[in-house]
Amino acid sequence: MNYVPDFSIVTDNWIVLLRGLWVTIQIWIPSIVIGLAGGFLLAQARLARRGWIRGTSLVYVELFRDTPVLIQLIWFYYAFPILVGVQLSPYAAALLGLTLNTSAYASEIFRGGIRSIHRGQMEGALAIGMSRAQAMRRVILPQVIKRMLPAFTNRTIEVAKMSSLASVISVHELMYQGRLLSSTYYRPFEILTAVAFIYFVLIYPGTFLAGRLEKHLARSN
Amino acid sequence: MTGKPILEVKGLHKRFGDHHVLKGIDFTVEPGERVAIIGGSGSGKSTFLRCMNFMETLSEGEIWLDGTRIGVEKKGTVTYPEKQLCQVRERLGMVFQQFNLFPHMSVLNNVMEGLVTVQGKSKPEARRIAEAELAKVGLSEKHDAWPGRLSGGQQQRVAIARALSMQPEILLFDEPTSSLDPELVGEVLRVIKQLAEEGRTMLLVTHELGFAYHFATKVIFLAEGVFHEVGTPDEILKHPKQARTQDFLRRFGEFAF
Ligand SMILES: Nc1ncnc2c1ncn2[C@@H]1O[C@H](COP(=O)(O)OP(=O)(O)O)[C@@H](O)[C@H]1O
Ligand SMILES: [Mg+2]
Repeated sequence: MNYVPDFSIVTDNWIVLLRGLWVTIQIWIPSIVIGLAGGFLLAQARLARRGWIRGTSLVYVELFRDTPVLIQLIWFYYAFPILVGVQLSPYAAALLGLTLNTSAYASEIFRGGIRSIHRGQMEGALAIGMSRAQAMRRVILPQVIKRMLPAFTNRTIEVAKMSSLASVISVHELMYQGRLLSSTYYRPFEILTAVAFIYFVLIYPGTFLAGRLEKHLARSN
Repeated sequence: MTGKPILEVKGLHKRFGDHHVLKGIDFTVEPGERVAIIGGSGSGKSTFLRCMNFMETLSEGEIWLDGTRIGVEKKGTVTYPEKQLCQVRERLGMVFQQFNLFPHMSVLNNVMEGLVTVQGKSKPEARRIAEAELAKVGLSEKHDAWPGRLSGGQQQRVAIARALSMQPEILLFDEPTSSLDPELVGEVLRVIKQLAEEGRTMLLVTHELGFAYHFATKVIFLAEGVFHEVGTPDEILKHPKQARTQDFLRRFGEFAF
């Protein structure tokens, strides 16, 4: 192998990559935050007493879990507008797709977590006069989050990585900028290596902190 | 006893699907009464107790607390607004067989939780009350412990302190010692006895017949979904009239009074 890597192409264009990183973050953080909140509500629907609420939410969850994310993003960009008559920007389509996708996965995590907390916990909370909402907030959710933290961490990482798929609908995020640069300068090795490295630097601190948090929460065991 | 009942149950039925567990129960409790409920396993003792604070919804019947009917009747159907049930549960403290402490909170926070979240008390005030209740059950030195690190007997005493912290008018105990190792039963029964001496109104489901004999002002034998025999401890535990009660007691063998 006599290829001589030249990383100056990366340092010369760092501002472009940085701009891409910023867009990646703008997809990642909102879709995980809104997706988790939506997932919690969706989990309530999955555990609802009424059959049709359970059924509808189940269909939603399965649709998102059993189709490729790539299709979902493209669908929200090209197909969804035909349905509603409003063209979404690439960013809006990507955000919508990833958020809904995240909510479907998160709802399963919440649902499993809530069901794994013994019924006695809800009763212990109700017995001192708490409302169901108070019991959920003060007693059930903290335990679900603790128990499900590894699953939530995984999801967060997955979403960060999935956000790179938004490049196919021309969202100017990190992957898009990387592909653009590498085809402009014919330096895929340096640029794609740099892009992978940036993803790693973006994601790893979160994994690390989640591990620390897990230990901290495990102290009551 | 003659006084105004604090708790009244009228025509209580409870079904789980086709399974008719409670078949028409009428019952009153006066302030200061201590009622022991005994009966075979699966006879509906827990269900009865859990209907009192609406952990189970009644299939039929009425519950009156301090002269007020619980629930709102509209066009023949009764609904139970959550807000009202919360108030009822605040007034009826419950202690469970499995303790049901919150494992992610320290002992002190377990006892403070209802004071802060339900009663809206300030942290310092809640802390003062919680410390006093924990002292009462002999667990002052365990404030900062996690519930999971305590023995079963200690956990149950924390659960009692948590129930007491809300200043309930009636205490409901559902087999509070049944999941404890034998050597830990005494410490919990001592706390309950102390509450009896304070004159608290209590309903206790138990298999500790010896304890029930000394504790109770009234004993109820629950069988076939009804109060099969009701009377003083002496009448029910020593001189039962009904064959079924006699049978039940015989199966328990000798118990020390
Ligand atoms: N949530 C429930 N769903 C269906 N059946 C129940 C439920 N809770 C209790 N039961 C049934 O009701 C009967 C009485 O139960 P329980 O009140 O727990 O009895 P005990 O406390 O006297 O042992 C049992 O046959 C039990 O299986
Ligand atoms: Mg029981």
